[in-house]
Amino acid sequence: MGILDQQFTNDNIVIAKTEDLLNWARLSSLWQVGFGLACCAIEMMATSASHYDFDRFGVIPRPSPRQSDVIIVSGTVTLKMAIRVKRLYEQMPDPKYVISMGSCSNCGGPYWEHGYHVLKGVDRVIPVDVYVPGCPPRPEALLEGLLKLQEKIRYESLVKKSA
Amino acid sequence: MKTSEEIYKSLKEKFGDSIIELNSAQPVEAFIIVNPQSIDEVCLFLKDNEEFKFDSLMCLSGVDDANGEKKTNEDGSTAIIGATLSVFYHLESIELKHKVTLKVSVNKDNPEVKSVTGVWSHADWHEREAYDLLGIKFLNHPDLRRILMPYDWEAGYPLRKDYENPEFYQGMKVPY
Repeated sequence: MGILDQQFTNDNIVIAKTEDLLNWARLSSLWQVGFGLACCAIEMMATSASHYDFDRFGVIPRPSPRQSDVIIVSGTVTLKMAIRVKRLYEQMPDPKYVISMGSCSNCGGPYWEHGYHVLKGVDRVIPVDVYVPGCPPRPEALLEGLLKLQEKIRYESLVKKSA
Repeated sequence: MKTSEEIYKSLKEKFGDSIIELNSAQPVEAFIIVNPQSIDEVCLFLKDNEEFKFDSLMCLSGVDDANGEKKTNEDGSTAIIGATLSVFYHLESIELKHKVTLKVSVNKDNPEVKSVTGVWSHADWHEREAYDLLGIKFLNHPDLRRILMPYDWEAGYPLRKDYENPEFYQGMKVPY
């Protein structure tokens, strides 16, 4: 399914389906919104830093949602913040993806019962592609989540609408 | 260095009935209970007096005392009578190296306490927090509005014992 294994040996020609080419381009340069919410954001920054090196998958933080492809909701989404998260998501251009990182943004986490201020899962305001469990997830877990997202994008179709 | 007892004596001499009692029966440090309508004067005195010099308000915390008596009305509804909210002031003198704790208690139906922002300006956000989460109204506060909860939060004060979370906030479901 990869693109590079279908190249001719001598000439600089690669044959691929448009769909594959676009998907490959998209999944290889997932620019994330430079945005963090709580302790998960520390792990996300660790994932970005040299030891785990998010950049090797093409993930770099962008300072503006208008230049971003993916938003990693890393931390507790309070009701006050949920409105802002939704606005950030709406400001991103299509195609856009969401990774929900950590128990809090998956389902409310430790605040599920008495957290009067916490949204019980960011999927109540924006559609989530990949959920990464953990409290907070290790950088390896976030990388795994990113690989899952890449896998999802790799098999996307231009014709068929994704869910 | 002054002990709580010495501070209590001096305050009692100066302010009389505004100083209600010294409570040292707790396992924690003793605290002086003050009338909520004179807490600002007492604090100003404690800050400016040469013997005390309480230049730092370490912490200001609101508390729901979870007291009061449950009374059942004739129609079956229940009401809590005589519940109180409290504010604790932890003061420290950096220069003289002593500490004291003050407490005021107010009725839950009309929780009004004089603000101490005029004495220590960093009381501003502490008082806003106590107002935000417990609904204690600080008289003479320059900017008493919510600090943590959304400004349009209408469901009440979350740290009160009788608080109930709303079903929805701005179209978002709040309970799990």
